Amino acid sequence: MRFGDDEGERGMRLYAAVAVGGFRRYATYRTATAAGVFTNTVFGFIVAYTYIALWNERPHLGGYDRSQALTFVWVSQALLACASLLGGGFQEELQDRIRSGDIAVDLYRPVDLQMWWLASDLGRALFQLLGRGVVPLAVGALAFELALPGDVVTWLSFLLSVLLGVVVSFALRYLVALCAFWLLDGSGVGTLSALLCMFFSGTLLPLNVFPGAFGEVARTLPWAAMLQVPVDVLLGRHHGAGLAVALAFQAAWAAVLLAAGRVLQSAATRKVVVQGG
Amino acid sequence: MDGFIELDDVRKVFDIRRRTGFLRRERHQVRAVDGISFSVPRGEMVGYIGPNGAGKSTTIKMLTGILTPSGGRLRVAGVDPSRDRTGLARRIGVVFGQRTTLWWDLPLRDSYGLVRRMYRVPEARYRANLERCVELLDLGGLLDVPVRQLSLGQRMRGDIAAALLHDPEVLYLDEPTIGLDVVSKAKVREFLREVNAERGTTVVLTTHDLTDIEQLCKRVMVIDHGRLVYDGGLDGLHAVGESERMLVVDLEHEIPPIAGVPGARTVKVEGPRQWLAFAATSSAAPIVAAVAGRYPLVDLSVREPDIEEVIARMYAERPTP
Repeated sequence: MRFGDDEGERGMRLYAAVAVGGFRRYATYRTATAAGVFTNTVFGFIVAYTYIALWNERPHLGGYDRSQALTFVWVSQALLACASLLGGGFQEELQDRIRSGDIAVDLYRPVDLQMWWLASDLGRALFQLLGRGVVPLAVGALAFELALPGDVVTWLSFLLSVLLGVVVSFALRYLVALCAFWLLDGSGVGTLSALLCMFFSGTLLPLNVFPGAFGEVARTLPWAAMLQVPVDVLLGRHHGAGLAVALAFQAAWAAVLLAAGRVLQSAATRKVVVQGG
Repeated sequence: MDGFIELDDVRKVFDIRRRTGFLRRERHQVRAVDGISFSVPRGEMVGYIGPNGAGKSTTIKMLTGILTPSGGRLRVAGVDPSRDRTGLARRIGVVFGQRTTLWWDLPLRDSYGLVRRMYRVPEARYRANLERCVELLDLGGLLDVPVRQLSLGQRMRGDIAAALLHDPEVLYLDEPTIGLDVVSKAKVREFLREVNAERGTTVVLTTHDLTDIEQLCKRVMVIDHGRLVYDGGLDGLHAVGESERMLVVDLEHEIPPIAGVPGARTVKVEGPRQWLAFAATSSAAPIVAAVAGRYPLVDLSVREPDIEEVIARMYAERPTP
């Protein structure tokens, strides 16, 4: 299928261009980036000292030693913007377009809505990983003793895991944003999802701290794929087959949630097309 | 039926549910488009006008395929838009005066690059089209400016260019000159005229600014309450709307309202000046002669009917169902 390949390649080039656009959009706001880096760093220190107090009291809490716990803190600050752990990104923008009816303009284009927003969000995530992630992590590594790996393979696995985490994060936020087609005000769902995400991703406390069935459940929910899994990959807590399982866990959630997004998207499109929004 | 755009008894009924009490809902139907038929040949530029809520946008949405008709037959370039929306999307251009397709934070050029990939415009064709748009719409200095820094008129011109880079066969414009100053309006109109003449692009223009119609379209369709109330030339609109021309006469001194001039009636008196209305379709000569023969005439002028008034009267005449 020569023609099919060609189509696919052209599609990829379009979405690559969209991703580059997403990257550049965020790159234009330098002051906002600098402010974000500052906030992440300050928060990193505050949370780091809290964790130090906690781990002094309860060493090896959740199976982490003190430097691993501190690594968790600084990596979560580094991924906060990239993986949209506190919400944000394209979600409000898409909701605004749905509410104002601008979404109609998007439907005139020969593009897939979900792929378009995914590409643009991946571009954003890459920018925020570099722009808002590197500096806080470097500062954390200078100020504290962190358990960062020395080998390239672990770092590469970590980056792959972050990518999968961002896709899961996107897929969840896409579902939330699409709710605006049915709800007049999507902000309630947005707040709820941000709260759930803050807790179940491990941004508040690492998920392995929680004991029993609750901990088990928390670690199997999709939010775990956004922060807990990438950090554990970086800390080298998954190797060999374990690493493959961890990445497969993320990929499975990404696939399920993206598929759910497609179902919701076609329902939303049908609603617009039949009822006029 | 051999037009480029064909509508045959097209209808769109919306189901509106209204809460009237706890758990109780009232359903009623709104006929946004109530049996519209028309045909637009390839390369024509038509005006599509009507008051707010008349069904203009609903029609445009059905033409672009993002709204399915509840009944009737609709074809654009031989395609049923709602069945093949994505296929048709490559062949049409849409501009909404109040919405933008441009990337807010990035320079115009970036949005255009994306349009090129989205519509798979060959490189050479894209360059030529962009160059032409830049020249005609005066976008030269704006290509590297982020869209958020553009004025409304500049953004509008940017949006119109974005809708034309892929050589659409038909262009739908919804209020393309809304909020623009006189200079920008003139530029946009000039550009649309060029595009229509040069490439034979079929244009459907929805607007509240009747100057747009007067300057661009030979044919105009008027829609009200979901029905087509007029379809024809601009001149014919006067006959249908029973519009009147006005003879304004200045007399030597104040006299009682002029009476007894056949075909004319005095509608206003202000000192020595009087206004006589007569049918737009009849000649002014006999009326002028009659007045000059009987009254001390100093000066006179004839005012052409205002199309806005004609249409306003058409809207007013149709009772709300």
